[in-house]
Amino acid sequence: MSQLNQTRAPIYEALERFRKKRVVPFDVPGHKRGRGNPELVELLGEKCVGLDVNSMKPLDNLCHPVSVIREAEELTAEAFGAEHAFLMIGGTTSAVQSMIMSVCKAGDKIILPRNVHKSAINAMILCGVVPVYVNPEVDVKLGISLGMELSQVEKAIVENPDAVAVLVNNPTYYGICSDLRSIVKLAHAHGLKVLADEAHGTHLYFGKNLPVSGMAAGVDMAAISMHKSGGSLTQSSILLCNNGMNADYVRQIINLTQTTSASYLLLASLDISRRNLALRGEESFERVMEMAEYARGEINNIGGFYAYGKDLVNGGSIYDFDVTKLSIYTLGNGLAGIEVYDLLRDEYDIQIEFGDICNILAYISIGDRQQDIERLVGALADIERLYKKDSTGMLAGEYISPIVQVSPQKAFYSEKEMLPIEQTEGKICGEFVMCYPPGIPILAPGELITKEVIEYIIYAKQKGCSMQGTEDPNVAKLNVIKGMIS
Amino acid sequence: MEMWFSQMHTSNVKQSIRIDKQLFSGQSEYQRIDVFDSQEFGKFIALDGDIVFSDKDEFIYDEMVTHVPMAVHPNVKDVLIIGGGDGGVAKELLAYDSVENIDVVETDEMFVEVCKELFPETAEGLADPRVHVYYQDGLRFLRKTANAYDLIINDSTDPFGHTEGLFTKEFYGSCYKALREDGIMVYQHGSPFYDEDEMACRSMHRKVCRSFPISRVYQAHIPTCPSGYWLFGFASKKYHPIEDFRPKWWNDKKIQTWYYTTNLHTGAFMLPKYVEDLLEEEENE
Repeated sequence: MSQLNQTRAPIYEALERFRKKRVVPFDVPGHKRGRGNPELVELLGEKCVGLDVNSMKPLDNLCHPVSVIREAEELTAEAFGAEHAFLMIGGTTSAVQSMIMSVCKAGDKIILPRNVHKSAINAMILCGVVPVYVNPEVDVKLGISLGMELSQVEKAIVENPDAVAVLVNNPTYYGICSDLRSIVKLAHAHGLKVLADEAHGTHLYFGKNLPVSGMAAGVDMAAISMHKSGGSLTQSSILLCNNGMNADYVRQIINLTQTTSASYLLLASLDISRRNLALRGEESFERVMEMAEYARGEINNIGGFYAYGKDLVNGGSIYDFDVTKLSIYTLGNGLAGIEVYDLLRDEYDIQIEFGDICNILAYISIGDRQQDIERLVGALADIERLYKKDSTGMLAGEYISPIVQVSPQKAFYSEKEMLPIEQTEGKICGEFVMCYPPGIPILAPGELITKEVIEYIIYAKQKGCSMQGTEDPNVAKLNVIKGMIS
Repeated sequence: MEMWFSQMHTSNVKQSIRIDKQLFSGQSEYQRIDVFDSQEFGKFIALDGDIVFSDKDEFIYDEMVTHVPMAVHPNVKDVLIIGGGDGGVAKELLAYDSVENIDVVETDEMFVEVCKELFPETAEGLADPRVHVYYQDGLRFLRKTANAYDLIINDSTDPFGHTEGLFTKEFYGSCYKALREDGIMVYQHGSPFYDEDEMACRSMHRKVCRSFPISRVYQAHIPTCPSGYWLFGFASKKYHPIEDFRPKWWNDKKIQTWYYTTNLHTGAFMLPKYVEDLLEEEENE
């Protein structure tokens, strides 16, 4: 579409026009440009509360866009090389759920890796989809799940002829990519749709020399966390559709759960961030890559820490690596990732994205400065000097292969009982258990609770991981399905 | 005609100096640099709107970070100055024959060039063959350095600008590592008077007294600093600033000073009660 102009930001421009008209509000929100809530104005500023307005003709309506939001979505689709784009204001969680619910119905099977975000499994609870997990290869040293091997996906497709879709993380939280192009080719040849969870992949659409993006690889739908590497406000996200998807049906699915009072702060932030990425994304991410590569080199010189990168690529389970991700293996210094994560915050005033059993992830983005990178590297060097320990007896974060006994939906809605976690071996779990971040479930509803899972949960708790998902806020007890033992 | 330069000491207090003319204004990769000429303070240089030093009061600060540790440590050969691109501290150190090598690590090359051009009498300290200037991030420079210096002087003043990395636990830890077993680190400790500066001052002391076995604070009067009252930190692996002080040795050297004396040395460590209290609170936390 040649009339599209990426220097435009239709929602932002409409808000500016609207502001200058000084319209008297007799509609919601009731704070009326902040006048009814001076403390909120003090906190957020006049400009910000003034933008918090209702859907109306001049500003369009996210549930049924016909003017400025529609134009913004068209510009977004063009910028990402998609056929259609939806602006989302319920986080990438809502984008992942809408994606699954758009291609699957109750009882359908979906093929996916087990290291998905919990939003994918939540979608299955909501609409009754049954998961078929492709066991990922695991890097034994790093203790992280890798990508899906093509042969494993093929095996799952052959064994489950009734599966309707494949979901792929592109990339994983740690930066690992599967061979997306080949997976798309294989799945399409068998009549399956391919969905990409690109919560950690916005930049793949704009940076050079990065792994292939979902749309470029030909996936049918992709969920993009604009608020992560894209720079928009927290909770704003994008859902992309490729050729062959019925966008009007997808909009209906989105509207099943989406608010009818969409925040214009979030919408405007998506609009401006898309413009910024389209105009300056390539150079911004080049800088991000340079900073991440510099940090990797410096960290690998400290000793004990291993900041991994393209050196991991093996053509299969690690088909490609996203070099903007600064993932660091910490066990070499006898410290669990979560321990380094806590030290950085408590002792050095540095907040990183997450720490798990063996690794930490520092999120490098367009907002970082060289001097902050020096602080991070300096702090890691100081931690190596002051806190290094013997690493014997430390648990590696090995992959625990899930044994799915019943569908997530059936398990979630079954009659359950709460038992101390130590007494749950052999039972079927009725809820989620996960560390957040990263929010990848250790146990999901419907999975068998094994001895090794119990040990892993107790160890992670001891090391200081922030556990959640269970009804019991202390994660000392688990909800299991009553009466059912495998 | 009246022209005034104002710097904010807090969001509610400002200090204004009448300006004769502006001598330089430029934006480097790191900060905005301005140089003014004034009746009262002579030439002065401001980074992002805050005065770093003036002709009139620079001697106080250069003397206090130099002579206090030099009168304590018996044999300083290798010195590292972080920041200090103006050359004032290096110039002061050159009065000591024992000093063999002075490394100056400054991030901002434009700052050094401006000082050389407009404060040549101060910057001449950088021209001595014993002085080596490195344009690098201080943290990065220190990371590769171990057991190499007898004295480290952190000449950076601003814990919130691009030098904030020089007021962190990782920085103090790196300094500890870079010092020899009897090394001393001296640093800008900010002003304890205004509420918003007090937090930074407390946080520095908390971090340093956990990184070094000896950590004492001393004071000086510097008119262009917020509230005119300024603290310095003395962190040391072995020598105590009062118990190991050698006044006779220092007086015999007959070094010309305008602020520092051996009487003042002892007095500078005698702090007002509110400062003592806040430092002790951080030590006992």
